[in-house]
Amino acid sequence: MATQVVDGPAAGGTARGRIRHPRPEGGTGRLSRHWYAWAMCAPVVVVTLVLIGYPLVRGIYLSLTDATEANMGRTIGMNTIPSTYEFVGLSNYFSIVSSAEFLSRLAWTVTWTVVCVALHFGIGLGLALLLNRPMRFRSLYRMMLVLPWAVPAFVSAFIWRYLLNGEFGVVNAMLRAAGFAGLDWLDDPFWAKVSVITVNVWLGVPFMMLALLGGLQAIPRELYEAAEVDGATPWQRFRHITLPGLRPVSSTVVLLGTIWTFNQFPVIYLVTRGGPGGSSEILVTYAYRQAFEGIRNYSGSAAWGVLILALLVVMAVVYRRALRKQGEAW
Amino acid sequence: MSTVGTAGTPVAGTRGSRGAGASLALHATLIVASVIAVFPVAWLVLTSIKPRDAWQSTTVELFNHPSLDNYTQVLGQTAFPRWLFNSLLVAAMTTVMGVVLSATTGYAVSRFRFPGFRSIMWMLLITQMFPVAILIVPIYNLMAGLGLINQFPGLVIAYLTSTIPFCAWMMKGYFDTVPVEIDEAGRVDGLTPFGTFWRLILPLSKPGLAVAGFYSFITAWAEVAYATAFMTGDDKYTLAVGIGQFVGQHKAEWGLLTASSVLIAIPAAVVFLLVQRNIVTGLTAGATKS
Repeated sequence: MATQVVDGPAAGGTARGRIRHPRPEGGTGRLSRHWYAWAMCAPVVVVTLVLIGYPLVRGIYLSLTDATEANMGRTIGMNTIPSTYEFVGLSNYFSIVSSAEFLSRLAWTVTWTVVCVALHFGIGLGLALLLNRPMRFRSLYRMMLVLPWAVPAFVSAFIWRYLLNGEFGVVNAMLRAAGFAGLDWLDDPFWAKVSVITVNVWLGVPFMMLALLGGLQAIPRELYEAAEVDGATPWQRFRHITLPGLRPVSSTVVLLGTIWTFNQFPVIYLVTRGGPGGSSEILVTYAYRQAFEGIRNYSGSAAWGVLILALLVVMAVVYRRALRKQGEAW
Repeated sequence: MSTVGTAGTPVAGTRGSRGAGASLALHATLIVASVIAVFPVAWLVLTSIKPRDAWQSTTVELFNHPSLDNYTQVLGQTAFPRWLFNSLLVAAMTTVMGVVLSATTGYAVSRFRFPGFRSIMWMLLITQMFPVAILIVPIYNLMAGLGLINQFPGLVIAYLTSTIPFCAWMMKGYFDTVPVEIDEAGRVDGLTPFGTFWRLILPLSKPGLAVAGFYSFITAWAEVAYATAFMTGDDKYTLAVGIGQFVGQHKAEWGLLTASSVLIAIPAAVVFLLVQRNIVTGLTAGATKS
């Protein structure tokens, strides 16, 4: 078996160099038992370390400096200009956390995430329950309801920007036809927020619906029949069979949905461009804009990025821990 | 469409039966939801077949001299074909590399319990939630150092950071559904663990590979942030960046934009509807079975 360790060098790149030198006395040791698993994971681990690990470390470093486009080293023609940015410790973080901008962006991002995920889940569950019954046109409904997910997100963002256009958008045209005044969907701070939430809910419901429908179909019918024999009301059946039966699926989709919504870039960036006046900007788009618009503020953007990542990691850890208490864990 | 259907095919047990009122409510709800889901897409298609400037209409009109002018315009007189080619190239490269690199890891974390297993699962989970904002500047600088800004390989590498963890996660879910007995049979017949994976499991997992590939393709096809930041030349734009040019700050060409959107969305939607069932299974299976 040991002669087949052709992937040894690759596995060495996983910072597990020790596995290439098994102690002779432990002949049936960790290496001979696990070398193939490590070797198979090696490509992804190497790629992750190089493509995510290095940029991450570099990003964290940048966040501790005052790097901007102006003092970043670059090459113009034949001339190489060296970097002149300096290490400034945690001052980027202090200035971000103490700024009013951070609190208002954070508050809006949390609102955005909670409202979107709650609506995704609520509407998705409702539709899944409706679709999970025998009826006519079921597959037709299912196909139509999945459509928003099938269209690439940036295309949907453009569609909605047109639909919600103040002057020529069909939404306002319909409002006017019904005798109301049109609304400034994208140009009023409050309605811009309503608009981006609407667009994101429209985009996200199909995924939840399909995932929950799959979960519903996996619940054994016998449970419902037994409950019915025992005289359980529909609400009791929902509360005590459907919801617990859905828990494995719903815990996963809620976590995924939260992460996706928190990081939802195209909807905000393309529908309102963060506007008006930055009022619908979430943390991710705000950090992006800092890095790539105006005088590029690389260090500030990196610090925002680190803060965003920290928030997400904390959330995932708390969430996993909650799940493990319920006995589902890896 | 007849909305007032009587209750569907009767099934065993009392839950299958429902009154005409409940049936009406059920269908009415689903019809309203379907209309909301379909309307924006339908409106996109309708706008695209109107004359080029007909989008500047302040009233609701479904049809207005239907023609394919916007399409011929987009295909013949804009850089759309070029952007389409760029997008296809980037997406194809991302797909091939993503699937090849992630399949073995998916198999390993599905079958083996080894020291480092939990770290790898955590790594796959956490890298999926990396916000674009933290990686984009370092990756941008890295690419600039390597001379890969405004080059397709640079963009592909950036996309791999988000597709690989996800594909590996999804492949784990798929491999979990392949019975372990098959591995054991292969092992008994003298195959190495790699041989088992390569000759038995991989051929059985073509649907899973297809879904992972499809996911990678769509991610690269529809990505906006990296493409906007990395691709600086008009001839290197991908579709997501390119069609935004139609509705810039100074002039808006919604006629052209809608026509190109339809051209982009139709192939994606058709393939998507074929594989979506598998995508959902792949996503949720990875976390629920272990």
